[in-house]
Amino acid sequence: MVRLALEGLGARYGKRSIISDATTPWIEGGSLTALVGANAAGKSTLFRRIAGQMGGSGSVRLSGADQNDLRYMPQDTAMTAALTVYESVILALKQGASGWRLSAQELASVDHVLHRFGIAHLATRQLPELSGGQRQSVSIAQTLVTRPKIVLMDEPTSALDLYRQFEILEALRRYAVDTGAVVVLALHDLNQVMRSCATTIALAQGRIVAAGDTLEVLTPDLIRQLYGIDSRVERCSRGSPMMIVDGPSSSAHAAGHC
Amino acid sequence: MASIANDAPQHAGTYRGLVARRLMVLVGLGVLLLLSVAVDVSLGPARYALPDVLKTLVAPNTVDLQMRVVVWDIRMPMAILAVTVGASLSLAGAQMQTILANPLASPFTLGLSAAASFGAALAMVLGVALFPAAVGLMVPINAFAAAMIASLLIFGLSTMRGVTVETIVLLGIALVFTFNAALALLQYFASEQALAAVVFWTMGSLTKATWGKVAITAAILAICTPLFARRAWALTAIRLGETRAAAMGVPVKRLRLETLVLVSLLAAVPVSFVGTIGFIGIVGPHVARLLLGEDQRFFLPGAMLSGAVILSATSVLSKALLPGAVLPIGIITALVGVPFFMALILTKGRKAW
Repeated sequence: MVRLALEGLGARYGKRSIISDATTPWIEGGSLTALVGANAAGKSTLFRRIAGQMGGSGSVRLSGADQNDLRYMPQDTAMTAALTVYESVILALKQGASGWRLSAQELASVDHVLHRFGIAHLATRQLPELSGGQRQSVSIAQTLVTRPKIVLMDEPTSALDLYRQFEILEALRRYAVDTGAVVVLALHDLNQVMRSCATTIALAQGRIVAAGDTLEVLTPDLIRQLYGIDSRVERCSRGSPMMIVDGPSSSAHAAGHC
Repeated sequence: MASIANDAPQHAGTYRGLVARRLMVLVGLGVLLLLSVAVDVSLGPARYALPDVLKTLVAPNTVDLQMRVVVWDIRMPMAILAVTVGASLSLAGAQMQTILANPLASPFTLGLSAAASFGAALAMVLGVALFPAAVGLMVPINAFAAAMIASLLIFGLSTMRGVTVETIVLLGIALVFTFNAALALLQYFASEQALAAVVFWTMGSLTKATWGKVAITAAILAICTPLFARRAWALTAIRLGETRAAAMGVPVKRLRLETLVLVSLLAAVPVSFVGTIGFIGIVGPHVARLLLGEDQRFFLPGAMLSGAVILSATSVLSKALLPGAVLPIGIITALVGVPFFMALILTKGRKAW
């Protein structure tokens, strides 16, 4: 069983503290975990700190996996390289290798991940020609081609249309189920979170204010604390929980929002 | 989710086809280079027929001494130096563009060539040696020392905290202006004779080629190329952007510094031997990128080959344009290269840079 827990994790840029004392219970693999919080709450920094791209206090505890099994997908940025989609995924697979040869097995795993995330038809396209949503799907394939056991994805669905959001989240959920991996996604759409993610971590001003079962974490109180938004969580006619937004919170100083 | 189907994998085959095509392009470039070198060796003030020249190359003992000397001691070093210098400058430009994420980066635009010209002029105008050296070697050693100083400045800056690739490129451009101004100042005070020498040097020329220079440039290529080759996957990944590369486990900062050191050597030595041939460092990599893409397994040899082909072909042109005279190669590279380069960029119309 793959598990991940944070213990008093901190991170700072120069003298400015971005993350302080981030602690979570053990997060179990095999399902999706959401990381929610307002803009500038420190989601990307927390990911980079967990991924070992920046130092700081505290520790990341892993069980059933080590740091080499961890892959981090940064937020979407333009790609100007003269490479095809297929080549860019090969590249992600071969990092760390010094040899130039590709085995049939390696090519098969590239094919597999492209199919799995619905972008096989883009294989021969050049990266700079891709739309934002296509690029995001390619990033996901790059991240998962090595079949990592710990996956951190920064807003993997922000550029996707509604249909593709469902498709990708379902594919990610299946990936977690199939591999038993811990998959943490920074997401903004709380209804997507409630639908897809079993566990949720809530971040406000660099501190983890709640972590645990999604429906227990995402209460109207917490949503007000995170986003300064009044909302209700109700069961829709099909029985699944839905967040209904009433509007900006009347209390003037909502935490974490600027 | 209909579109996420488990179709049988099919793109591995397409990819293998792409790899085969790229290998063919590399072989094509290699053949082109051989042809160009052969023509280069056959051309010169003394008119020899191509078969005779080839005979001299294959069996030097069967021809007369004069022909042997002209072909082996004058033309061959020039022709081969065009190849090693072209390959070095193009490879240097390719890796500068890669690590600085800038299509304009090259030994020329980052101030290495300007610094080398200034260093050479110091020797020619004032007789100042930046490094104690024999008088005969003062010009190339000065040029090399100045180019290394320029790249050390850039290197030092890039190790500083919070310095982005954009800052490095801007500093490079500032260096170009600084060294050009210093060079102009030297020229202003120079004697007529020294001025002529400086102007001629900055035009770039292969005419002072020797086997020794060929050996040194080839040795540096032989050292740097395998070091780049071992980092092929990481260097390719860096082109996906710094954060993406770092997320894939590439030690971005270390790779950038290591590459800068190698690139400085690759650029400074040829420039000190042949003067300013700036254009190759930009065009060579772009030609390779358009033909082969940026997978370094193909881009690395491709950039070297295309730089070598371009400089070798330019060497041919510099002899062929005015019968009996050898025009400075730096001038020809730019005059003939630019229109060709523009045509290539505008017709291919890829979005990659």
